[in-house]
Amino acid sequence: MSNFFDKSDLSRNEAENIISDTLKKCDDGELYLENSKSESILLDDNKIKNSSYSSDLGFGFRAVSGEIVAYSHSNEISKNSLRQSSDNLKSTLKSAKGNYNHSIPKTNKKYYENINPIEQKSLKNKVEILNEVNKYLRSKDKSVKQVTANFSGEQKSIEIIRSGGETLTDIRPLVRFNVSVMLEKNGRKETGVYGVGGRQSYDAYLKENNWKNVCDEALRIASVNLESKPAPAGEMKVVLGPGWPAILIHEAVGHGLEGDFNRKKTSAFHNLMGEKVASEGVTIIDDGTLNNRRGSLTIDDEGTPTEKTVLIENGILKNFMQDRLNARLMKTKSTGSGRRENFRHIVLPRMRNTMMLSGKQTQDEMIKSVDKGIFAVSFGGGQVDITSGKFVFNCTEAYEIINGKIGSPIKGATLIGDGPSILKEVSMVGNDMMLDPGIGTCGKAGQGVPVGVAQPSILINKMTVGGTKL
Amino acid sequence: MVKDQEYLENKASYCLDLAKKLGATDTSINVGSSISETVNFRNKKLDESNRSDNLGVDITTYIGKKKSSISSSNLLQDNLNILIEKCIETTKNTPEDEFNALPDEDLLAREIKELNLYDDTHIENNDKIKYLSILENSASVDKKIINTESSFTEDKSNFILANSDGFCKGFKTSSFVASSVAVAKDDKSMERDYEYTLKCHLDDIKSAEELGKAAAQNTIRKLSPKKIGSEKIPIIFDKRIAKGILSTFASAISSSAIARGTSFLKDMIGQKIFSDSINIFDKPDIIKGLGSQSFDSEGVKTETLKLVEQGILKHYLIDTYNGKKLNLKSNGRSGGTSNLYFDNGKIALKDLLNSNSKSLYITETIGHGSNIITGDYSVGATGFLVENGEFKYPINEITIAGNFRDMFQNITLANDLEFQYSTNSPTLMIEGMVVAGK
Repeated sequence: MSNFFDKSDLSRNEAENIISDTLKKCDDGELYLENSKSESILLDDNKIKNSSYSSDLGFGFRAVSGEIVAYSHSNEISKNSLRQSSDNLKSTLKSAKGNYNHSIPKTNKKYYENINPIEQKSLKNKVEILNEVNKYLRSKDKSVKQVTANFSGEQKSIEIIRSGGETLTDIRPLVRFNVSVMLEKNGRKETGVYGVGGRQSYDAYLKENNWKNVCDEALRIASVNLESKPAPAGEMKVVLGPGWPAILIHEAVGHGLEGDFNRKKTSAFHNLMGEKVASEGVTIIDDGTLNNRRGSLTIDDEGTPTEKTVLIENGILKNFMQDRLNARLMKTKSTGSGRRENFRHIVLPRMRNTMMLSGKQTQDEMIKSVDKGIFAVSFGGGQVDITSGKFVFNCTEAYEIINGKIGSPIKGATLIGDGPSILKEVSMVGNDMMLDPGIGTCGKAGQGVPVGVAQPSILINKMTVGGTKL
Repeated sequence: MVKDQEYLENKASYCLDLAKKLGATDTSINVGSSISETVNFRNKKLDESNRSDNLGVDITTYIGKKKSSISSSNLLQDNLNILIEKCIETTKNTPEDEFNALPDEDLLAREIKELNLYDDTHIENNDKIKYLSILENSASVDKKIINTESSFTEDKSNFILANSDGFCKGFKTSSFVASSVAVAKDDKSMERDYEYTLKCHLDDIKSAEELGKAAAQNTIRKLSPKKIGSEKIPIIFDKRIAKGILSTFASAISSSAIARGTSFLKDMIGQKIFSDSINIFDKPDIIKGLGSQSFDSEGVKTETLKLVEQGILKHYLIDTYNGKKLNLKSNGRSGGTSNLYFDNGKIALKDLLNSNSKSLYITETIGHGSNIITGDYSVGATGFLVENGEFKYPINEITIAGNFRDMFQNITLANDLEFQYSTNSPTLMIEGMVVAGK
């Protein structure tokens, strides 16, 4: 693991002293050290367009008193730099009168291995696969006009030093393999994108030429879209496919159940604890403990072991997701949901792998029950306005449903709905829960963190489809 | 303090020398330093302070037509040695690309224009706190406001861009940003809105009082929104989102999208893509301009481009690599546009609002619904129903959709252009779009 003090004029001992001194009248806080190595190899337009490597090192020093957070970060791990940060924190928290909370739960569990995926596969081999991808797709279909494929991988080592010298560490691998293909036929252009990834070596995702399956899926989506008709406009029934469409759950209710928005009472859910917020049969959890998943963490970025948090159980709101600060102020415990993009950012309560659990119905039953509506299979990005509760997401593969049958594919349209009420509109929950392929990144307050989602097929009684066909 | 020119130049020349020694035929490097200090308030009380001290280096090495790059925030010599070695090793193992090259030497900037982009004023956290107290008091006058979050950020940056053809230039910039987000509540709804001010110079930012008042007003007027039916209706884009239409236009004319064939504006040079009255400029030398620069991210000098003249597309945004691919010279737009704007329209906002008996005035869009390959556009929206020039009531949970090819041909601009961002548009109206609601 990284020794952050090896090349520094600052010894671990001195750092611990500065930390304890700075935090002595604070309620919480820590020094967070991070060393990350990342790479990206990109094939685009028939060429290896980019091969890049990045190494990022730095610390973030946080002091918390009451509701106030003071934060200072720097790339230079040095005596001078840490002292300057300490002065900065002290000047913000001049009148701090807190009582440092030393207790932090421990864990022996690990949800991924200490590997460096970048070193586990040679550049030559990565370049070979990308070239194969390009050749494979272009030879498979003559209408392929553009192929983009890339490998991105990282290893992030973190160390958290708390007041009194308590130290927590984690090493987090993360990879992603992505393929995007553009088709052109009769003057129309459409794209399809597919990817896989998680916290293992690249090869774990490329077994038995799995890259071909990724290519085939991207090509299939693009081909479907080439045949797409303008999407309808207006309110109708929506059947969501299993897996990645759970981004709806993430946007519609996940963000609204994060501790900070509820402590500040700016979430539409803040006064609904213990109440019915979803149809019976709807259970939603946020789980950081799934092995090797993109959203999993052994410990969160405050050092708390992650857990499986039940958010909504059979329709009833049970828990919010908490970091230490919001948990303390709301008089509950951290759920191991404190996360940050990197050392440049403060910790916020965030989602990990957000999942709606399986019910009893089949996808067939759902489709058959719809006279007029759409069947949405895959999505691009989504967004939510926490306060009004309104959320959107963009279909990248969807079909119309007419009289209980799947009809033509429809063009990418935005769906819009209301977070607090959407789960009450869920009238069927499928028996086919599926995890997403490991591609999600969630943005909040300018910070991106890797997340996962999962859900079975579901039927929503009413959503607004943002097409152009009236 | 941000690192001075001498420190950055030394790091740059160390890296250039080492890369050359290790076998690079060409090298380009960017070394940057920035310090940013933020204070956040919530409900009239201090909530967070954040000091951020950033260093960073990006190096691209070429061996003939092979290229690779590294970046790091660790500028210690040991680390730079390891990284540059790694970069050279990777370059050797990366396939050739005939279009890889440094910019043509005759296109490189010879001078740094005096654009007044740096204000040395340092505002202590205590003064930021004073500003924020006034701001939040002004934002929370009305009882309907139940939560306010405001912040003040001061940012100072410096950089050096250098390459092995002898280019070595950089300049300091500063910014001062204050923002306020308010939440308002009534029996039926809870809504959020904001206002912010961003300038290079401290003296130019809006007063705290004005900012707080605007944030509160923007929010309160959104309370008790209604959903309307699905229909075709003229849509008026508030200035703060109208600029998004320009940003999409800029992505669609980037030489990378054009060279890859992934833009609906490919092969449209000389074609009329907007209505006759539309002119679009990208002007890099506006004094104190938020997007002003003397050269682009490759060191190529930048001059004003009239991208669209009377509706006709005149230029793509070209960098060196994609320029070579398209057989065009770089026009200094590696890294995108500088100060991009629609030339002012002819009619007053009041007349624009009155030009139809019924229209929708949109103040916010959500979602990532712009597809530059097909030109399709579909996003969630909030705003107001306008009847005979009057704002009737707030609207939400609707989407607006169309295709940019048609939308561009149906734009009418008001004459209220202001330079508030790096991309600026007057209020604009687009006819023929579809609203999906009930």
